[in-house]
Amino acid sequence: MIPASVRYHRAADLAEALELRRAYGDLLRPLAGGQSLLPALKLRRDRVDTLLDLGRIGELSYVAHRGDHLAVGALTRYQRLLTDPLVDRYAPMLATAAAAVGDPQVRHAGTVGGALAQADPAADLPLALVALDAAVVLASTAGTREVPAAELAVGPGATLCRPDELVTEVRVPLPGPARWSYRTFARPALEWSLVAVAVADGRVALAGMGPTIRRARGVEAALADGAGAAAAAARADEDCDPVDDVRASAAYRRHLSRVLVARALADCSPEVRP
Amino acid sequence: MTVDARPGTEAVTVTTTVNGRADSRQVPARTLLVHLLREELGLTATTVGCDTSSCGACTVLLDGRSVKSCTLLAAQADGADVRTAEGLADGDRLHPVQEAFREHHALQCGFCTPGMVLAVVSLLDENPGPLTEHDVRRALVGNLCRCTGYHNIVRAVLALDAARQAG
Repeated sequence: MIPASVRYHRAADLAEALELRRAYGDLLRPLAGGQSLLPALKLRRDRVDTLLDLGRIGELSYVAHRGDHLAVGALTRYQRLLTDPLVDRYAPMLATAAAAVGDPQVRHAGTVGGALAQADPAADLPLALVALDAAVVLASTAGTREVPAAELAVGPGATLCRPDELVTEVRVPLPGPARWSYRTFARPALEWSLVAVAVADGRVALAGMGPTIRRARGVEAALADGAGAAAAAARADEDCDPVDDVRASAAYRRHLSRVLVARALADCSPEVRP
Repeated sequence: MTVDARPGTEAVTVTTTVNGRADSRQVPARTLLVHLLREELGLTATTVGCDTSSCGACTVLLDGRSVKSCTLLAAQADGADVRTAEGLADGDRLHPVQEAFREHHALQCGFCTPGMVLAVVSLLDENPGPLTEHDVRRALVGNLCRCTGYHNIVRAVLALDAARQAG
């Protein structure tokens, strides 16, 4: 399988990429690592006029400690999160989530920004970023704005990122959670998570339980009211709308969400409190 | 704004160093890296198994790190150092990973072997070890083998790691 005919342009730097986005908008499809986009193009599930390759914009590949937050550049590869000492010290959940993605080959190519822009409702790293209450930086030639990670995705594959913008950075607030857990359930080994949960102190986030990654507000409210882990976890699938497909029924996903939340809260015991 | 003014071209020039040899050629932008290697350069050790980024048979090293060449455009490799299984041995002398695979009978039909070997080269380069069996199995989760049941592959990698730990 090869993609349909496509045009290709590699951006030399961020300034050029933003200028081209301003001028041509959605005519250009940003290409980061391509680990989601290329399979979609090969299967002809997606059509693109022109690929704008961002892969060589070295200025967007970094992890930096900036006092009240840890900044991760959008073109940072997953694999770096597994070994970066700043990630290990300040936001180890990102390393755990990145380790759940694909395999080493995919992690050598795939990027943080690409994962966010793909807005897959079962994606690992975006789930961790929602639980950590991270912000996503969107840049255009007019400047930058911050969007909460929890609000970036508006549906499967759809985000608040405008046609003239690019995801350039994520900012994880510090200090990070005193207690956290990341739990995922997938089968077979290389498949996307059916359901995954990330807990960071009193914040509980779920992937695979609706069109976007979401906070489990019922669980959070129960914890805030003093409920135990078991009682709180029973509310995991409140207000959720999981898909019913060939990989799992909606009822099974609901079951998984309750089990995974219970286990994640147990990981954080004594019970997390907001 | 005319349509012709938009950026990008359907043909791209891809300049690489493949197994130490410089190469530059024009290919359609949609060309996958594995097709550049197999069909343009005639390097057919790199195989296409699943063609969906699952099986790892197409694994090559891009600037020293394992990637799946069925899921990268050749254009993304422009300017990079690419290594395939053809580039591992030094003349008649096998690369240590190849030698360990031979020693431990870590292959049968051989279809997955080039990708498997390159995934191991990348693993040993990135991870100073010592490696556990679990580490090795986790690191090779993206390389499927339908013959060996993986046991001898894991043994070969653990033997390589033990040897380097012993110095």
